[in-house]
Amino acid sequence: MKPTNVLDPNYFHKVVDCQWACPAHTPVPEYIRLIAQERYTEAYMLNWDSNVFPGILGRTCDRPCEPACRRVRTEEKPVAICRLKRVAADHKGDITPYMPPVPTRKNGKRIALLGSGPASLAVARDLLPLGYEVHMFEKDPAGGGMMRSQIPAFRLPADVLEEEVDLILDMGVKCHFGYEITSMKDMLALDYDAYFVGTGAPRGRDLDLPGRAEVDEHIHIGIDWLASVAFGHRNSIAGKVIVMGGGNTAMDCCRTSKRLGAENVTVVVRSAFEVMKASEWEKEDAMREGIPIVNNRPPKEFVHENGKLKGVVFGCVKPVEGENGRLKYVPSGEPDVFLEADKILMAIGQENHCPWIERDAGIQFDKWDCPLLDEVTLQSTHPKVFFGGDSAFGPENIIWASAHAHQAAISIHLLCQGKDLKADRPPEGVNLVSTKMGLHEWSYDAEHDPSARYLVPHANKKQSLGNIKIEVELGFDRRLGAREAQRCLNCDVQTVFTDRLCIECDACVDICPMDCISFTANGEEEDLRQRLMAPAQNTEQDLYVSGPLPTERVMVKDEDLCLHCGLCAERCPTNAWDMQRSVVHIPQLGSYAGEASA
Amino acid sequence: MTFVAKPRIHHPQLPVNELGLTRRDYEGLVSTLCAGCGHDSVSAAVVQACAEMALPPHRFAKMSGIGCSSKTPSYFLDKSHGFNSVHGRMPSVATGANLANRDLFFIGVSGDGDSASIGLGQFAHIVRRRINMLYIVDNNGTYGLTKGQFSATNDRGSTSKKGVPNLYEPIDLVSMALQIGASFVARSFSGDKAQLVPLIKAGLKHHGMAFLDVISPCVAFNNHNGSTKSFDYVRGHSGPFVHADFYPPGEEITAHYDPGATEDVPMPDGSTLRLHKLNGDYDVHDRVGALETVQRYQEKGEVVTGLLYVDPDAADCHEILDTVDVPLNGLTEAELCPGSAALEQVNQSFR
Repeated sequence: MKPTNVLDPNYFHKVVDCQWACPAHTPVPEYIRLIAQERYTEAYMLNWDSNVFPGILGRTCDRPCEPACRRVRTEEKPVAICRLKRVAADHKGDITPYMPPVPTRKNGKRIALLGSGPASLAVARDLLPLGYEVHMFEKDPAGGGMMRSQIPAFRLPADVLEEEVDLILDMGVKCHFGYEITSMKDMLALDYDAYFVGTGAPRGRDLDLPGRAEVDEHIHIGIDWLASVAFGHRNSIAGKVIVMGGGNTAMDCCRTSKRLGAENVTVVVRSAFEVMKASEWEKEDAMREGIPIVNNRPPKEFVHENGKLKGVVFGCVKPVEGENGRLKYVPSGEPDVFLEADKILMAIGQENHCPWIERDAGIQFDKWDCPLLDEVTLQSTHPKVFFGGDSAFGPENIIWASAHAHQAAISIHLLCQGKDLKADRPPEGVNLVSTKMGLHEWSYDAEHDPSARYLVPHANKKQSLGNIKIEVELGFDRRLGAREAQRCLNCDVQTVFTDRLCIECDACVDICPMDCISFTANGEEEDLRQRLMAPAQNTEQDLYVSGPLPTERVMVKDEDLCLHCGLCAERCPTNAWDMQRSVVHIPQLGSYAGEASA
Repeated sequence: MTFVAKPRIHHPQLPVNELGLTRRDYEGLVSTLCAGCGHDSVSAAVVQACAEMALPPHRFAKMSGIGCSSKTPSYFLDKSHGFNSVHGRMPSVATGANLANRDLFFIGVSGDGDSASIGLGQFAHIVRRRINMLYIVDNNGTYGLTKGQFSATNDRGSTSKKGVPNLYEPIDLVSMALQIGASFVARSFSGDKAQLVPLIKAGLKHHGMAFLDVISPCVAFNNHNGSTKSFDYVRGHSGPFVHADFYPPGEEITAHYDPGATEDVPMPDGSTLRLHKLNGDYDVHDRVGALETVQRYQEKGEVVTGLLYVDPDAADCHEILDTVDVPLNGLTEAELCPGSAALEQVNQSFR
């Protein structure tokens, strides 16, 4: 193999599994270290800079970082990254000194943001400090989008939501709330310099089964029903409730129903438990509240009598592995089952849906009715119109909205400056800084903490089931947060190898607790992976290969299971190994937290 | 020396031997030697050899004297017996221990100071008595613990870190061991585990005195240009003569070398030592020839490594003395106090 180029920004970024998996590439280990140092404000700002909604995401994020966490591979359970983010948000001090100044004299460019959800808010946050005049259009009476309308208060308290939404609105967004957009052409006629569409995926899917029309008044679309609860239009649900669907919306629907007085609630899912779209912890929370989840039951018919819903007939299937490795479902041979129901909440998915964009407004749509976008710039076929969040590529989650927003903001800025959206895009970069402070002294806590993942305390179940406003997860306190922070392996403190310093004494090979390091004859990757100290079977993780050493061997390090404990560097007599903190620079308009974390 | 403790966690696919132990179960305390010390590699090689052979750690006695080398038994096999003795006196303690319990694996670790200076007399006598043990000398040619004076194995003309040449002739422990009765003599290099680990395995299974001289560079005081015990010098001036591969009983022997140049030596426990002759017609059973070869190459400043001499049939101390077959702690009162009739018989034999 060729020697690894560690100056490629992606090389060490990939080693930081959590940051690599995060759509917004939040520097996770760095903020976890700040939490360990009780520097909650700085930890919060580092998050705010990158993902814009640390308090909200610390409660609701889909956590793509956690399954990626190296600890899943070295031990079992990932670091509770999301809950640590919440620790930063819960314990932060005054953040006003860190807020980016917003110029009072504007730069003369006006930007329209359609929708007030996370994507639009994040674009506003990125553009305002550069002097843009930002107008936000929203049909609801308050900002926040799906974060307000679809996430129930027992998961996301209103004050947490409002704090982070207002933080941005107060930077000087010109709000046009209660403004229902009915025509894109009309919007374009207002002649803003750029438009950002962040209207989400607001259409819940429906099921056209026998009996559907007859029982219409007893069936609600999950996200619409949640919104009506959120805005206080609805505060009870009676009788037996069936929630259809296996995603997070289904979990929110069933838990909300339980709190609004449903006699009993059952979740029925057409697929197997393991492949349900809902996050692991959302399923656990629903089951902890005594809500049964019935799997492998596709609905067949709504049963009704005199216009009143009686229940639903479900077929019985079982999953078998198809040729492509994906599960497919075949009839299990069991008889159909009938479940009684008075109300049905339909949470079987949602779609982005922009009926108000005229199809001749210059914005092209694909065959799935999604806008045709450039994946990097998020520009539509209309040069002034950009999309982000769920309205761009279909339903994702808040963290994707933040990630899209940063890219769209860069594009809008380049557009307004008359620059090329691709050629002039700022590049990614990486900085490597040694953490060596002296003999056996490192500026990070290198020691491996074998503790198991700490459990998060919950509110009293009886009380929280009686009040939709009581937050269920209480979050880690400072002490638990500090302990959980110690579980982080500091994957951003990289093992950097300088081949010309190596005397091949084997000290690093002998001390490495995970057998990551080998000195061997060079070869092709496939061959090398077989003859290391321990076979490197995880091909998703790179091999770090040095240039040739005096004995003509090369150093090969399997990045897969490295604990970043620094023992190789501790034991290296010549400093050929050094532990260097890698700081990945993800281009973003004005990075505000740099000073906070340095 | 390192302040970060080595975590107990290990690679999830680390092999488990027949005893259900991984290599990590054969480790010891964290080393307090200098970073990069060759001795740590020797300890790691012992760990690897014992783990791969699935030897029970509690059946080991680790013996040592004083010096950097003699600290190392703490760093491997922490579930074994051990005795850290007086400077240069490891051989007499090991002799006593071995006579008392012949069933243990004895592994002595000494250094060039411990064995070639203060303990030279002891070294000579344990070798000539052929105590059944693996005697390892971590040989770095310097007194690292007292900041780098020349040791007795340092070559004449080899310089100190500051450039001062050594004025005296070196003591070659390999030559001495060959001369005075060791039945297994090998030399290796801490930077070459592929050679060192099989030699440790073979030495542990050898019945009799197995002497292993390991050139183990001192990174702090003797790893500079001008030293003949540095990583660079040894890599540039050493050649293996006979590579030994060790195969435990029942394991299939896989040959990687030209079949004409190999020889299989059966070991007493049924394991096999496969020797690959890498240098012409060198005869590994010819003691005098081995002595001559070692010294000829030494004269040229070259270091001969590998298994240099082996006599698998030589008697060990217990056989020479015709001692009782069981360890002393296994003898019962009936055997130890056979009664007045037996005493009378013994007395009669002297009349």
